[in-house]
Amino acid sequence: MTELSSRVGEVIEASTVEFVAQCYELYRSPPLGSLVKTADENAEQYGIVYNVTTSSIEPGRRPIARGKDEANEADIYSNSPQLAKLLRTEFSAILVGHRHGAELRYYLPPHPPRIHSFVYQCQSEEVKEFSRAFEFLPMLVGAQLPVPVEEVVAACLRQMSREAEDPHRFLVTAGKELAVLLGNDFNRLKAILGRIRAG
Amino acid sequence: MTEEYNHLGIVVSGSLTKGIEVRLDGSASVEEMAVGRYVTIQGEKRRFFGMITDISLGVTDERITLSPPPAADRFTAEVLAGTGTFGTLHVLPMLTIGGDTGALIEGPQPVKTVPAHFAEVRLASQQDMETVFGGEDARKFYIGTPLDMETKICLDLPELVKRSNGIFGKSGTGKTFLTRILLIGMLQKSAAVNLVFDMHNEYGWEGSSESKHGKVKGLKQLFPASVAVFTLDEESSKRRKVSTDFVVRIGYDEIEPEDIALLRQTLNLTDIAVEAVYQLARKYGRNWVQSTLDIEDAEELPEGLNIHESTLQNLQRGLNTFRRLPFLTPHSSENVVQRILEYLDRGINVVLEFGRYTDITAYILVANLLSRRIYDQYRSRTEKATAEDSIPPRPLVITIEEAHKFLNPVVANQTIFGTIAREMRKYNVTLLVIDQRPSGIDEEVMSQLGTKITCLLDNERDIDAVLAGVSGRNELKSVLAKLESKQQALIFGHAVPMPVVVKTREYGSAASYKDFGSDEAETQKKTKKDIEELWG
Repeated sequence: MTELSSRVGEVIEASTVEFVAQCYELYRSPPLGSLVKTADENAEQYGIVYNVTTSSIEPGRRPIARGKDEANEADIYSNSPQLAKLLRTEFSAILVGHRHGAELRYYLPPHPPRIHSFVYQCQSEEVKEFSRAFEFLPMLVGAQLPVPVEEVVAACLRQMSREAEDPHRFLVTAGKELAVLLGNDFNRLKAILGRIRAG
Repeated sequence: MTEEYNHLGIVVSGSLTKGIEVRLDGSASVEEMAVGRYVTIQGEKRRFFGMITDISLGVTDERITLSPPPAADRFTAEVLAGTGTFGTLHVLPMLTIGGDTGALIEGPQPVKTVPAHFAEVRLASQQDMETVFGGEDARKFYIGTPLDMETKICLDLPELVKRSNGIFGKSGTGKTFLTRILLIGMLQKSAAVNLVFDMHNEYGWEGSSESKHGKVKGLKQLFPASVAVFTLDEESSKRRKVSTDFVVRIGYDEIEPEDIALLRQTLNLTDIAVEAVYQLARKYGRNWVQSTLDIEDAEELPEGLNIHESTLQNLQRGLNTFRRLPFLTPHSSENVVQRILEYLDRGINVVLEFGRYTDITAYILVANLLSRRIYDQYRSRTEKATAEDSIPPRPLVITIEEAHKFLNPVVANQTIFGTIAREMRKYNVTLLVIDQRPSGIDEEVMSQLGTKITCLLDNERDIDAVLAGVSGRNELKSVLAKLESKQQALIFGHAVPMPVVVKTREYGSAASYKDFGSDEAETQKKTKKDIEELWG
């Protein structure tokens, strides 16, 4: 498993539709829209990263500005090594499918991931396998997220297209899928297409 | 063309009368479609055969049309093709081919239902076309190919000549070429003989062509043994180096009052003058034309004729036109009708050339006069044959050009052609009418035409007239209006299982003459065979 995926963190909050994971290293979260997975003994659950936050580990304590006398940003961190421990990076992922045995299923897993499950960022082969079908798109497009869904969808498709053999073909096919899903909302479709065309 | 490529889309809605809506797949390009093409629709139990009659563009969301992506944005256009924006085909179902063996023997049947939702639609394959239109054989004559295909569309000629037929099209769309091809077909494949009133000297010996060759061979050159050229204008024929078989002369005494009635418009006669003709004919008998022309004053009129002087003058002015037509003589010793019949009885097709006399008066007069006599003969012979149970005369097809002059609503009742068209094949005589203004032809006559072959027409009334009474006429209308101006024709009616657009077969090159299998080629083949047999 580790050959295909690289471990990036642990689940610290989970529900049926999404989970939040804390990164092991500050600022080392998988990028927006990337495919991540967690695993327990029953199943592997796949999610798409939709939000990344970095904040103080204590909710009441806000970081303060420290760089007035420093030459650059890196010096702040090297002069205050405790900072890396006082801050944490978390990311939220929306669940879009799971694997049962060898079969990939593009619908919600029966159980949410457990807390402390390891979270891996999927690597090339796995992304390719997962993106062979676009059945995860309805869940993603229909999700109610605190961030603009179009951005997430576009980021996700851009990332996946990089792994595809023919990125243009891949994006066109995905676009067609979106066009059907957003048949009655051309503006949203246009917003997404505008973002994936550039990628 | 692979099977995959032939896939067009699926049926999404429709009705039997209005046609079926087919949603095109994103992979099938709207630009590659064409009205007039054939598609097959695979239903659950049977296959449907239909023609594309309209092509349109649709969108799922109106906003796509209100704020379309910029033209440069190929990506969005590509994504939307087949999803947000799609092409729609309007298909008119025409035939069904059943799936079971019984149905295969029966062949294609007229359509009585529509395929279910989401049935797969494909472009018709060569094989499909052959199933429907059959191959060339002893009865079927190859007339052309469907659009973008190599299959031969064949007409069942013995079936075709059982009814009157029409060839229509604007001037310069290939009516004459089509007619020539059809005449050859009849000559080869049907038992019928043709009598062609050849107004512009196009069919007999040599025809003109707009292509670089300039000239094309006529029937006589290709089939010398089975075609005879009669001429009204010997001089012109000689100049054109036509080998004619007979020079036609018509006596004034052969002209009957009915002939004049028909010429009322062209001779500019009043109704009263036409009435007077009947009176004069009663009085003078067969020689009435000469006698009328000889009258110098209304006072010379014999007793009992109630004809006003101005009427007489009007009539004489009209009849004077005859003097300008040299083939009309006061008296003719030859019986033209008899000669024509002799040829026809021997199975030889007769083409009557008009030479320089291409004005409509001569054409109407001669065509009507001869056809009436011949028709009379045919009628009495057929009746006799029926009574005696003997063989009826050979079926005859009379070909007339400028048909609207004979068959317009005003005169259709008076001319023999109106009668032939209506009474059809009872007496083994049918018509092949060629016209560029079908709206001028009497509706009743039009409705009796068995098979109509029409080249491009663009006048609304003409199109309506040609398509009157045809099922799916609104759909066919768009097909007809979009025909190319050359070498394309829509054929529908009795002799074809369903309306079909053909690219007519080539005529005019040496290879094409060979394809027609002219007598020349046949004779050569036969001679060769004979020689081989003789010398083992």
